[in-house]
Amino acid sequence: MSDYRIKGETGEWEVVIGLEVHAQITSNAKLFSGAATAFGAEPNTQVSLVDAAMPGMLPVPNRECIRQAVRTGMAIEAQINTWSRFDRKNYFYADLPQGYQISQLYHPLVGEGSLTIAADEKAGIPADKVIGIERIHVEQDAGKLMHDQHPTMSYVDLNRSGVALMEIVSRPDMRSPAEAGAYVRKLRSILRYVGSCDGNMEEGSMRADVNVSVRRPGDEFGTRTETKNVNSVRFVMAVIEGEAKRQVALIESGGTVVQETRLYDPDRNETRSMRSKEDAHDYRYFPDPDLLPLELDDAFLAECRESLPELPDAKRARYLAAGISAYNADVLTAEVEAARWFDALLEAGAKPVAAANWVTSELFGALNRLGRDISDSPVSPAQAAELLGLVADGTISGTIAKAVFEKMLETGDGAAAIVDREGLKQTSDTGAIEAEIAKVLAANEDKVAQYKGGKEALFGFFVGQTMKAMQGKANPQVVNELLKKALG
Amino acid sequence: MTDLTNLTVAQIRDGHRAGDFSAVEVAEAFNANVAGAKALNAFIVETPEHALAAAKQADADRSAGTLKPLSGVPIGMKDLFCTYGVQTTAASHMLEGFVPRYESTVSAKLWDAGAGMLGKLNLDQFAMGSSNETSYFGNVISPWKRNDGGNAALAPGGSSGGSSSAIAARLCPAATGTDTGGSIRQPAAFTGISGIKPTYGRCSRWGIVAFASSLDQAGPMARDVKDCAIMLENMAGFDPKDATSLDMAVPNWEAALSSNLKGKTVGIPREYRLEGIDPDIDAMWDAGIAMLKDAGAEVVEISLPHTKYALPAYYIIAPAEASSNLARYDGVRYGLRDLPEGAGLQDMYAATRADGFGPEVKRRIMIGTYVLSAGFYDAYYTQAQKVRTLIARDFEQAFASCDVILAPTAPSAAFGLGEKMADPLAMYLNDVFAVPASLAGLPAMSVPAALNREGLPLGLQIIGKAFDEQGVLNAGLAIEERAGFNARAEKWW
Repeated sequence: MSDYRIKGETGEWEVVIGLEVHAQITSNAKLFSGAATAFGAEPNTQVSLVDAAMPGMLPVPNRECIRQAVRTGMAIEAQINTWSRFDRKNYFYADLPQGYQISQLYHPLVGEGSLTIAADEKAGIPADKVIGIERIHVEQDAGKLMHDQHPTMSYVDLNRSGVALMEIVSRPDMRSPAEAGAYVRKLRSILRYVGSCDGNMEEGSMRADVNVSVRRPGDEFGTRTETKNVNSVRFVMAVIEGEAKRQVALIESGGTVVQETRLYDPDRNETRSMRSKEDAHDYRYFPDPDLLPLELDDAFLAECRESLPELPDAKRARYLAAGISAYNADVLTAEVEAARWFDALLEAGAKPVAAANWVTSELFGALNRLGRDISDSPVSPAQAAELLGLVADGTISGTIAKAVFEKMLETGDGAAAIVDREGLKQTSDTGAIEAEIAKVLAANEDKVAQYKGGKEALFGFFVGQTMKAMQGKANPQVVNELLKKALG
Repeated sequence: MTDLTNLTVAQIRDGHRAGDFSAVEVAEAFNANVAGAKALNAFIVETPEHALAAAKQADADRSAGTLKPLSGVPIGMKDLFCTYGVQTTAASHMLEGFVPRYESTVSAKLWDAGAGMLGKLNLDQFAMGSSNETSYFGNVISPWKRNDGGNAALAPGGSSGGSSSAIAARLCPAATGTDTGGSIRQPAAFTGISGIKPTYGRCSRWGIVAFASSLDQAGPMARDVKDCAIMLENMAGFDPKDATSLDMAVPNWEAALSSNLKGKTVGIPREYRLEGIDPDIDAMWDAGIAMLKDAGAEVVEISLPHTKYALPAYYIIAPAEASSNLARYDGVRYGLRDLPEGAGLQDMYAATRADGFGPEVKRRIMIGTYVLSAGFYDAYYTQAQKVRTLIARDFEQAFASCDVILAPTAPSAAFGLGEKMADPLAMYLNDVFAVPASLAGLPAMSVPAALNREGLPLGLQIIGKAFDEQGVLNAGLAIEERAGFNARAEKWW
């Protein structure tokens, strides 16, 4: 249970949160027209006759969009409705050419499902928590108005008009901004694993309507407000915190929360009222007579299921079972690209625990420095496996491995070639090591005395000096053994 | 030489093929008739050059031995079908001047089959009306006159009134129509011609200005049953661009035409006998029954118990869909834009739609908006959909004991222009016999069967099972052969 509370003048308040996430379905074509969906194209270049709602134009469902929504539903273990239907949501706006949005009110494609957010003590999530998902339905996006192109006119860009969206509606199961943030991140991760949405919130591929209400812990739900089109995890969390505090202050000062739609202003970090329930639209939903009900057959469903990749939770469990730390497992599974890269590394023969440590520290560090994504990492999983193999079989030490990795990044050469060329193979030649140990001990008689007097921490110093004298190429284990013997 | 404009589609096709005349001669003859019939106001746009170009192609194809099914046949195109480069208005001010850069599937099929276009035919605005009096471009006038010596202008029926008037007046041998609740059949009946609304989904709706999507269906209008079959073969067919299109092969209806109805059973719906109906209508119906018996059919009485709810249900469902379908005419992207000085978006919507839509269209948008509103939806729309299901079931049960159903097409002959405009309900009643088949999506046709005592044509309606256009056409042919209807309007225009 979350113990997140808003501390008001009159006591503590619990926050209740539900999210409606709009996720743009990854598809080359729009939901009901053949038009392309490229982001950032010149205005009105991705528009078919259907998208512009020319007279006599008709929608035809795009099978790929339906498939992606079904696969998403399967990924959250939801009920897939083999019979669903499209409805028209009627309202007038200049960015809505048909005068209605084709959506699914009465019979959505995907029914009840859920996802699990992971425990995160620091964020106040003490244990894994299951968040219910009420439904996923498929609908059209609208176009975009541009108000800055002309002194007295607004321009309309219909590139987004008709683009396929999934609306993923959660249950009001979240109780803190952190839980909501974790939910959005987890949902985004699943969508990206499935490949049904690129999850790019900056480009608007994913946005959330945030429903917030407050109540005394254990009471009935309070009246909620809905803040529309919030387009980052940070903003989702900020909206919840701000809106919850606003509602508490309002109630405590004798006011009542009205059910309304609000807009978030990121610059001022506040929400403001857009319209209240009283002047809410009557959308006059009714079944779209241009479209037949959508019926899914077994072969279609089987293909959807078979094409699902291993999902984050399963992957994480597999990593944990391989001995990888929980922290590393989380880091490696959060982004699908990293997980795929890591799996390729394992497939190339790397040992899981060492590989996980290396990826999360060395590789991520290097990518960070270079400002590159893992998908265009300069070192391939096979090359990394070669490097880790050299460490595992004792050919080079971990320290040398760091240097070799740097050379790999610089030159693009393979690890073994670099080790050969630069003579970096570590030695287990006891004679050579013993000779260097003798020199080190002779040069540091005072420290030898201190060590023998009980200052055992100096052991590391002798190791370091010996390794330095061996130019890092001595097998550290052999050095340890020989030093212990020499120091008696 | 015979007047080429008296020929049927089949006669033109066959005569051209045989080399009796050129297609250019045919096109010129019809172009001349069109040009000389302004008084009928049947066309919104005349396209003699289109008809001539197609004719020249047909003549060239004949020389090359590459004739197509409709080579040499000029036709009229209801102005609800979008035609590439030719103004398409749906008879509205809203779309005045709108020139599509696309071609409707049905018209494209007809041009591909070799037909030429004489022009865009007038209609009720957005196909809403039963008399062609709601057109922004003025009402179409029927070529028919009553035999009472008066000179009253009569309605050609609606909404495909330009089509019916033009065919009856020999301005074109055939034309396209669309039928949402009788808009092919009733005008055909009013003007003494034939017309068939095929099974819903037979003809693609792509590129036809939508009125009520779940009911709209294109079909041909022509002088006789055979021509309807020929035209329909070249209009129908699966279209992946229309999600409600039937994915079925198009039968060879013309080749399978047969007026021998031996082994067939004709159902006579008890509920279509209306109290106080024009006795001429009942007499025609009885004569039709006799004709079908004569053709070898057995006749049985059937019951379609929910018939009386059909018209109210239709006037909920059709306006509901229309209110949504017509939302796209908002002044933003094409068509009329009325932008008063200093107007915002809402003002533009209001001004554009107030100016662009006629009173009947507005009435239906308002009815449709009302029945879909929160709080009324279940009482009206949901209920109407239930009625629709029951009506479809009525037909299904009736077809367990018969193959086709025979009924009048309309409850009266053509009425005078202006006679019913003040009373929308009386106007809506015109479609009382036509609407049930529309709600059930069934094929239905009207064939001319008799003249009433005023000398005006009356039509008989044949309703068939889903996909059984052949059965409908064959019964129609049996009536046509026996009725011997050859009356035509005397030329006064």
